[in-house]
Amino acid sequence: MASAVVEQKRVGMTGDEAVAYAIKQVEPDVVAAYPITPQTIIVERFSEYVASGEVRTEFVAVESEHSALSACVGAAATGARAFTATASQGLALMWEILYIASSLRLPIVMAIVNRALSAPINIHCDHSDAMGARDSGWIQLFCENCQEAYDTTIQAWRIAEHPSVQLPVMVCLDGFVVSHTLEDISVLPDRAVKEFVGERELVSVVGHEGLEAPYRLDPEGRRPLSMGTFAMYDLYFEYKRQQEEAMEAALTVIEEVGREYGELSGRYYGLIDAYRLEDAEVAIVGLGSSMGTAKDAADELRNEGVRAGVLRIRSFRPFPSEAVREALRGVKAVAVMDRAMSFGGPAGPLMMDMATAFYGRGGPVMTNYIYGLGGRDISVEDLKEAARGALKAAEEGVEGVPVKFVGLRG
Amino acid sequence: MSISATLREVARRPDMLYQGVRTCSGCGASLIAKLVLKAIGKPTVVVSATGCLEVATSILPFTSWKVPWIHNAFENAAATAAGIEAAYKAMAKKGLIKEAPDVIVMAGDGGTYDIGFQALSGALERGHDFLYVLYDNEAYMNTGIQRSGGTPRFAWTTTSPAGEILKGKLEAKKPLGFIVAEHRIPYVATASPSEPLDLIRKVRKGLEVEGPAFIHVICPCPRGWRFDPSLTIKVARLAVRTCFFPLWECHWEDGEQIYQLTGPSRLIAEVPELKLPVEYYLAVQGRFSHLFRPKRLDQLIAEIQSEVDANWKLLLRRAGMA
Repeated sequence: MASAVVEQKRVGMTGDEAVAYAIKQVEPDVVAAYPITPQTIIVERFSEYVASGEVRTEFVAVESEHSALSACVGAAATGARAFTATASQGLALMWEILYIASSLRLPIVMAIVNRALSAPINIHCDHSDAMGARDSGWIQLFCENCQEAYDTTIQAWRIAEHPSVQLPVMVCLDGFVVSHTLEDISVLPDRAVKEFVGERELVSVVGHEGLEAPYRLDPEGRRPLSMGTFAMYDLYFEYKRQQEEAMEAALTVIEEVGREYGELSGRYYGLIDAYRLEDAEVAIVGLGSSMGTAKDAADELRNEGVRAGVLRIRSFRPFPSEAVREALRGVKAVAVMDRAMSFGGPAGPLMMDMATAFYGRGGPVMTNYIYGLGGRDISVEDLKEAARGALKAAEEGVEGVPVKFVGLRG
Repeated sequence: MSISATLREVARRPDMLYQGVRTCSGCGASLIAKLVLKAIGKPTVVVSATGCLEVATSILPFTSWKVPWIHNAFENAAATAAGIEAAYKAMAKKGLIKEAPDVIVMAGDGGTYDIGFQALSGALERGHDFLYVLYDNEAYMNTGIQRSGGTPRFAWTTTSPAGEILKGKLEAKKPLGFIVAEHRIPYVATASPSEPLDLIRKVRKGLEVEGPAFIHVICPCPRGWRFDPSLTIKVARLAVRTCFFPLWECHWEDGEQIYQLTGPSRLIAEVPELKLPVEYYLAVQGRFSHLFRPKRLDQLIAEIQSEVDANWKLLLRRAGMA
């Protein structure tokens, strides 16, 4: 209902600035971060908020990304809110601690400004960094633009801290394309953000001597817990199963939080973003900012008589198989756009999930396109071509999943 | 507890480790952890790096810790402690807690000299208020006695074995205490479980200063050093009495860095005849047995002795006692 929507300011911000601004409004207890292009602006802006006394957050300017996430683990274990941000090599360096953060069930929020991985060293966008963290037990939400980066950075806390989730969240935004692009965005008043995120509520666990205790390192030591213990084959597996259950719960929570945020802001988000799919014969499926370009491609294709639509996957982890199947019901052909590779694998990482989502259920004929590695641009024309190619494959009745490369030399 | 507690007072303090810790018999690490926790004066959170102490105290569904405890990974105990300290600081600022608890890190030599050194150095430079206790058993004992930056010269380990050509580890023990002191943090000390009151006094001091404190504790390991588990304290004592591992502390006064010898080391500085030959220390440990059998390698023993002497002299100079 439009009348219930809170009044908002319009401001010009880059994606990085939007994330920093959202974090200023949330005001977590600890931000521990290390600079890396193209995430740097998040850290710089936030440092300014700290320096000017606009936030009471403890900013820990750590000596590496490994320590950034390690400090967030420590901070979140006390029951505090902790945030960090990184990209590319930084995320790769954190890899070890990603698994610990999720398995310790610590609702840390981290912005990933997606950037290619070395070598050769490259500072521009692709999704290889996030894909390397795909199986780490973090929720991964991919944003299309600066507005969504702002909105998702606020929602992430509610998703992460939900009692049935208790998992860390990555807010993924495309390096430079979103992080450094100025956009007019609507920002909520500080108070509305504070009310929306509320205080972090702690779940209760059975601790020492069978006593119930809030899940934290008790500052008074009265209900001591041991965190990060040693588990053998008799108990380890159950931990992992519980993480999976939390991911399943997140599918519902992401939708719920998105709805509630929509009522507050007028901007609704869910697991997926379906664009002109109702009557589509062909769909472009992908993650992040190039799906904005894909929407233009779909419009143009429709003007040319091709019924095209776009399915942007917002929640890559957990993967919304059911929502994807539902959205693509009746679609004949799909171009699955992967901005990362799984070397030696059967297809790109998104393609593999798409294929699994439809396995044994019929569904559209899919063609996989690898694109945009190391920041290589993708145009409306490229995406139209991909959609046409997917349609052609469906009409010709191609077997298996063809894997093609967009805009590759030679 | 006052800084000058008696042994009787210490013994009466509650144990903050449950009984039945699954370390080896004669383990120095659990003994040190127990002593360190005897010195705490307010709610305290302990952070462990991966290692013997961490594994042996946290095998699910049991725990040895009566204090809030966390293990994150191997190389990041200092960074984890930094996050904890920052979080409590923020909570105190917001009035959510009355007072921040003390934060103590307990990590081994692998997690401190080697893989965790960067995180440690970073946390020291940033000045977090925490106490880092290094229990130095001079090798990767948890994985089966592999050499570390803390392993002394000519010690046998499984990755510096003593053979026909190579006689154990060829490199010197990294002078970690001095390196940490050069970070110019408020308090640095060495300690030994053979001098429990000295150790406890240093822990108290470390907790009382504002900012980072570091205590380097020698931690004899019967399995890795190859000696009878009943000899742990004796071996620790010999490390001190031979000046292989002297006891000192370093703090700041009026902008000046002050090194002071403590306990038996102070006495030895005053009465040099009390200094025992390092051979006494080496001879009780199987990890140095190749220096004595089948043939006595006088030259190598002399090399160790002259290194110990040089280090001792350096320390005496720093303490203004040379």
